[in-house]
Amino acid sequence: MSGAAATAGTFAPRRRRSSIKNERRWALWGSYIALVVFAIGFLIPPYFELITSLKTSQEIGSGKSPWFVHHLYLGNFIEIIRNPQFQTFFLNTVKVTILVVIVTLVIAILAAYSLARMRFFGSTAFATGVFLTYLVPESLLFIPLFKVLSFLHLINSTWCLALIWPTLSVPFCTWIMIGYFSSIPKELDEAAMIDGASHLQMLWKIFIPVAMPGIIAATIFAFTVCWGDFLYPLAYLFTAKQMVLTSGIVSNLIHGDVLDWGHIMAANILASLPPVLIYAFLMDYYIAGLTAGATKG
Amino acid sequence: MAQVTLRRVSKSYDQHVQAVKGIDLEIADEEFVVLVGPSGCGKTTTLRMIAGLEEITGGEITIAGEVVNDVPPRDRDIAMVFQNYALYPHMTVFDNMAFGLKLRKFAKDEIRRRVDEAARILDIGELLARKPKALSGGQRQRVAMGRAIVRHPKVFLFDEPLSNLDAKLRVQMRTEIKKVHQTVRTTTVYVTHDQVEAMTLADRVVVMNRGVIEQVGPPQELYHSPATRFVAGFIGSPAMNFIPCRIQGRGNELTLRLADNLSFPLPPDRTQRYGANTDREMLLGLRPEHLTELKDQAKPNVVRLDSRLDVTEPMGMEILVHFRINGTAVCGRVDPSVRAMAGEILPMSADLNHMHLIDPETDRVI
Repeated sequence: MSGAAATAGTFAPRRRRSSIKNERRWALWGSYIALVVFAIGFLIPPYFELITSLKTSQEIGSGKSPWFVHHLYLGNFIEIIRNPQFQTFFLNTVKVTILVVIVTLVIAILAAYSLARMRFFGSTAFATGVFLTYLVPESLLFIPLFKVLSFLHLINSTWCLALIWPTLSVPFCTWIMIGYFSSIPKELDEAAMIDGASHLQMLWKIFIPVAMPGIIAATIFAFTVCWGDFLYPLAYLFTAKQMVLTSGIVSNLIHGDVLDWGHIMAANILASLPPVLIYAFLMDYYIAGLTAGATKG
Repeated sequence: MAQVTLRRVSKSYDQHVQAVKGIDLEIADEEFVVLVGPSGCGKTTTLRMIAGLEEITGGEITIAGEVVNDVPPRDRDIAMVFQNYALYPHMTVFDNMAFGLKLRKFAKDEIRRRVDEAARILDIGELLARKPKALSGGQRQRVAMGRAIVRHPKVFLFDEPLSNLDAKLRVQMRTEIKKVHQTVRTTTVYVTHDQVEAMTLADRVVVMNRGVIEQVGPPQELYHSPATRFVAGFIGSPAMNFIPCRIQGRGNELTLRLADNLSFPLPPDRTQRYGANTDREMLLGLRPEHLTELKDQAKPNVVRLDSRLDVTEPMGMEILVHFRINGTAVCGRVDPSVRAMAGEILPMSADLNHMHLIDPETDRVI
C-alpha cells in the first residue's frame, strides 16, 4: 500500500508538467525536423539538376561553387528541345505511355470489378495472386522477358514496351481499383440491378463515375511507372529511333567519355516535367484514391 | 396489380445455417404487408429473396402468378428502397429517379412526366437538380422512394427504410409512407424490426422468429389474440408480462393461482378453454394496461392485487409502475393522478378479461 502511494507521489509532479499543449508542441517539432531533413534530402538532386542545366559547359567545369548559377544560360534547353533525337525519345515515350495507361486501365478496371463484385470460385486467391505478381522485381524478369520478346521479334521496337510495361502497372492498379470498388456499398449495385442495369451498364454508369478518384490514382500510377522506367528500355531498345526518354538520354547524350552535363541535366528536367505537372494537378485525387479502400473497407 | 405468393420458401447458407425455414405467405394485390421480428429472424432474407437479390434454396415465389425463382431482379418488375438509401452519389436527384426508366428506354417526356409526378407526391420538386450529398436524411429517403415510385412496379419492397433516421423524422416519414401507399396503391412488402412501425403501417403484420412465421394477421388481431408467446411478447410496448401460474379446480369452478395466498376465480367464459390445462405449470400473459390502479367501481373479473412498487416511471400521459408478483417482475400502467411512489404499497387491479394463458412447453397461447 505504502509502495503504491509512494509511486503515485513521485509521478504526480511529472504528470503535471507534461500537459497536452507541451506534448503537442514536441510532436510538432519532431515532425517539422523530420520533414525538413527529408525534404532537403529529396530536393537536392533536382535542385542540382536545375542549377547545372542553367550553366554553360565552361562554368560547369570551372570549379566554382556548384550550388549557384553565376551566368544564367538557357542554351542547353534550347539545344535539347531542337535536338531531333530528343524529340524522338519524347514522342516515343508519350505514345507508348499513353497506350499502356489505356491498356492498364481497361484491364485493371475489368479485373477489379469482377474480383471485387462477382464472387466466383477462386476469386479471393486470384486477387491475392494479382498483388503477388507486383512483388516480383523487374531485375528478376528482364532476362526471361528478353527471351519472350525475341520469340515475338519485338526486340528493339518501342512497341515491345506496350507489352512489357503493363506487367508493372496492371497488378498495382488492379489492387487500387479492387480496394476502391470494394468500398462502394453493395446496395448501390443492388439498386442498379433492380433498376435494370446489366453488369456492364453497372460498371460504366455507376462504378466508374463513383470510383473516379481511384481511377485517377491508378492513371497517375501507371503513367509514372511507365514514364520513369529505365531497366526495360535499356535492356530491349538499342537504336536511337526506338528509344524512350530514360534510356535515350543516358545512352545518346553521352559520347564516349564526354559527359555533356548541361544537356543531360536540361533533358532530365524536361523529361520529368510531365509527371510533375500531373502530380501537381491531381495530387488530391491520388491521395484520396490510395487511402479510400483502406479506410472505408 | 400483383399478388405475391411464397410457398415453402427456404434459404440456407453453406448447407448449415438455415435463415428461412420453409415459409408460406400470400400477399394480396395492393396489400401492405410488414415483416417484423428481431435481428436474424429471416425477414430481410425473405425480402431479398422476393427481390431476387438472394437465391432461393427451396420452395417457390410467384409475383402476379408467375414463378420468379430464376428470374433476375431487373425482370421481376419490383422496386426496392434500402436502409441506407443507396442513391447514386454522382447523379442528381432527377437522374437518380430517372435511371431505371432510362435503362428501360422510356421516352424523354414520359420520364420527365413520371419523375415530376413522383416529386409532387413526395414534395421534392425543388431538389431535382441537387446531388444526394446535399440532401438531409429525410430528403434522401424521399428520393429513394421516388426512385421506386417512378417505375410503377408491381411490388414495392422496403428494407428497414427508416432505421437511419432520427426518432422524430421516423414518425414523420412513417406517415408519409402510409400516405404514398394510399395514393399509389401498389402491393408493398415492408421489413422492420420496430413493432410500432409494423402496427401503424400494415394491413397485415407477419411476425417472424428464427426463420419461421410465428403469426400473420391484422395489427389489432396480433395485439389482442397473439398465437404464441413470442408474438405476445414482441407486439406491444412495454411488453406483455408473463407470470408463472397454475389453473386449479374442476368444471366451471376454475381458479387461477399465482402464489400460495394469491388465487382468483377465472372468468366464466374462459373455463371451457382452459379446462384441459388444470394442475400444470402455465404462464399468465397480461399486458401492462391491464394491470392498473384499483378503480372505485368494481367490474366483473377485475381482481384486486395490492403491490409494493419497486420503480415508477412517469411518462406524462401515464405512469409505468414496476413491481413483483410472487417474485416475477411485472410492469403496470397507472393514471398520472395516482400517487405512485417507489417503496410504497399501491392498491392495483388485474383485468382478467384480457388475460392470456400460455403453455410453456409449446409456447402457444391457449
